[in-house]
Amino acid sequence: MSLNRRDFVKLCTGTVAGFGVSQMFHPAIRDALADTTNGGRPPVLWLSGQSCTGCSVSLLDTAHPTIADVLLKVISLNYHSTVMAGEGEVAVASIFDTVKANKGKFFLVMEGAVPTEAAGKYCIVAEYKHKEYTVAELLKMVAPEAAAVLAVGTCAAFGGIPAAKGSTTGAKSVSAFLKENKIATPVVNLSGCPPHPDWIVGTIVLALKLTQEKGLAAGLGEVVKILDADGRPNPFYGDNVHENCPHLQSYDGGKFCPSFTHKDGCRYELGCKGPGANCDSPKRKWNGGVNWCVENATCIGCTERDFPDGKSPFYSN
Amino acid sequence: MATSTPAAAGKATIAIDPVTRIEGHLKAEVVVENGKVVDAHITGGMYRGFEAILQGRDPRDASQLVQRLCGVCPTSHSSCSALAQDAAFKVKVTENGRITRNLILGANYLQSHILHFYHLAALDYVKGPETAPFIPRFKAPDLRLSDDINKVGVDQYLEALEVRRIAHEMVALFGGRMPHVHGIVAGGTTEIPTKEKLTEYGARFLKVKEFIEKKYLPCVYTVGSVYKDLFKQGQGHKSCISFGVFPLDASGKKTLLKAGVYLNGKDGNFDPKQIKEYVKYSWFDDKTTGLPYDRGQTIPDVNKKGAYSFAKSPRYNDKPVEAGPLARMWITNPELSATGQQLLKEKFGLNAKKFRDIGVDLAFSIMGRHVARAEETLLVANAIVGWIKEIKPGGETWTKFELPASGEGLGLTEAPRGALLHFLRVADKKIGNYNIVPATVWNVNPRDDMGVRGPMEEALIGVEVKDIDNPVNVARLIRAFDP
Repeated sequence: MSLNRRDFVKLCTGTVAGFGVSQMFHPAIRDALADTTNGGRPPVLWLSGQSCTGCSVSLLDTAHPTIADVLLKVISLNYHSTVMAGEGEVAVASIFDTVKANKGKFFLVMEGAVPTEAAGKYCIVAEYKHKEYTVAELLKMVAPEAAAVLAVGTCAAFGGIPAAKGSTTGAKSVSAFLKENKIATPVVNLSGCPPHPDWIVGTIVLALKLTQEKGLAAGLGEVVKILDADGRPNPFYGDNVHENCPHLQSYDGGKFCPSFTHKDGCRYELGCKGPGANCDSPKRKWNGGVNWCVENATCIGCTERDFPDGKSPFYSN
Repeated sequence: MATSTPAAAGKATIAIDPVTRIEGHLKAEVVVENGKVVDAHITGGMYRGFEAILQGRDPRDASQLVQRLCGVCPTSHSSCSALAQDAAFKVKVTENGRITRNLILGANYLQSHILHFYHLAALDYVKGPETAPFIPRFKAPDLRLSDDINKVGVDQYLEALEVRRIAHEMVALFGGRMPHVHGIVAGGTTEIPTKEKLTEYGARFLKVKEFIEKKYLPCVYTVGSVYKDLFKQGQGHKSCISFGVFPLDASGKKTLLKAGVYLNGKDGNFDPKQIKEYVKYSWFDDKTTGLPYDRGQTIPDVNKKGAYSFAKSPRYNDKPVEAGPLARMWITNPELSATGQQLLKEKFGLNAKKFRDIGVDLAFSIMGRHVARAEETLLVANAIVGWIKEIKPGGETWTKFELPASGEGLGLTEAPRGALLHFLRVADKKIGNYNIVPATVWNVNPRDDMGVRGPMEEALIGVEVKDIDNPVNVARLIRAFDP
């Protein structure tokens, strides 16, 4: 890692000027990010299952540090089907070579849900030496050898839309899939449809920092300590959207917006799911801080385990 | 190298899975004979079942859920769904609503096309740094750019990462966030553009537009001039379709990029009733084959014999038609950029003023598709200049409506990667049926019931593969479609 101090601090604090730093993040992340370190880029394998690639596209939007810095200075992204140069067997070999050379030391990122019906055939992701691989098979091979798994996005973290009512593909979250297959590799959930790029980069940087400082097992132990009951890092998911919404006062005062385009008031009566959703979007905002979900319309609760079924219908009359 | 199976008769079968640097899971299997592709099968490897998941929900949920079909072009899915809902709910969008939708969708066009050329396609032509994810690559990757031009390519790859991020900020200013916007809903958009927000949008837009004019367009023509042979490969059926996108008036009929069909060398009007979806070679129930869009069904049959893809085969008038920037530019036939006119003359000896002056043989090619996309990017950028002037700061963008007990609506638009159709039927205020014909499926589909190859499969025929261990041109062709 070699990121400058300013980038680290920006990453932790979001972009809201004047916001109290102490409210924004856990001390562990603050310590990790306020210190510039140099070291080798640890190998990362990024697999995708039933996904829309939206989590990857969100990661591309990281500003502090930039995605170029993440790719060239922070991690060695040895497999990611959307960005890597190689293709076919050249690409697939990179998965197997990385696992072989870095047993127990590489990080696995999984984007998308894992379909388990029909022997996993609803998601065929590779062919190597005349053998076809489903994402379920690949995950079973790779996950046991990883230091930790990052389940990026609500599909990977909780099943998300591919596992919603009406689905027939047996879509599962990464943690459920690993548990069924008795794979004990620790999983960190980074929910959100998509997750904010800071949540992804912040968690990766934290994990790298802690494991470099304290060794792999002890460092990951520290990461696990900051996870909530849903396996998500508290610094990013610890706060309720509604409780931290700038329109909370309007809610308390009974001042509600009658339509999407009325902006002076609380959006609860439009169907806002903020009261049942946790993340730091109200403070961090999105896309360089230019906007966020509730400011623009409503929260649809996309970071939660019961998204989308428990949050549907998204809008009220 | 790819999985290859040489055979005695001088034929070899090559499988490439995954085809990387695309959105989603795609496999290509080609048969090569005498250095050229003679047969091709394209497999879409993933199924989620959006249509089934949408069934029975509040119809308004659709504009959120469908965006998760594609994280690169969610704005197109929300637009298409909103159009279908507008029609089903009989709600008329205000002028400001229409223009704000164009500003959101337009900004993402810029983002998507820049992302496609630089971060998905460019590594087919530009040699990246000797580190992951730029390695591993093919042992003989056929990278021909001179060192100085290659350096420009790498620098622009990095700069384009910033530019596309800024374009996403433009989307988020009125869309709420990106990927997956909150701003496009039935009845219009959720946020009224203020003067301040339009200024923010405009400031970012100028940076993006400058990059398109000064870097992206010249880069595409320059790279193309080094790979002139790729203007002669990948022609396919030479038939194409556009549903039209970016409505310019309240009727929605007049669009910046026109609706139309180009079939067997003839232009025709577009009529959605001519669309049918075939599934003989898809992993879907045979009894659902040949249905029109408003009766479409999606019932998976993953062990079906002879099938090889999760993509259906949409056909127009029973014929395969390609979709995407080339289709839109061919059908719209606008004037080329000054850069394009100049470089076509300098580097190719071509006197071309309008897009079709490039000629059908050069346009329908690997490089022709990149040229069409780059030219379209500037065209959309120029239109955004007009929309910023046309929009009324503070003017209402959303119209109230009653959710009807029943009704139906057709949404037609164009995603950056092709023609997009959503059909909604409302029953008891819920989704009774929702049918999606996604953009990429127009291109990547397998053979239809008549045995005719899909557009991408057909375009692979004749593509040169001189070295079966380094079949670089196969994925070059595939990526040119931006699947």
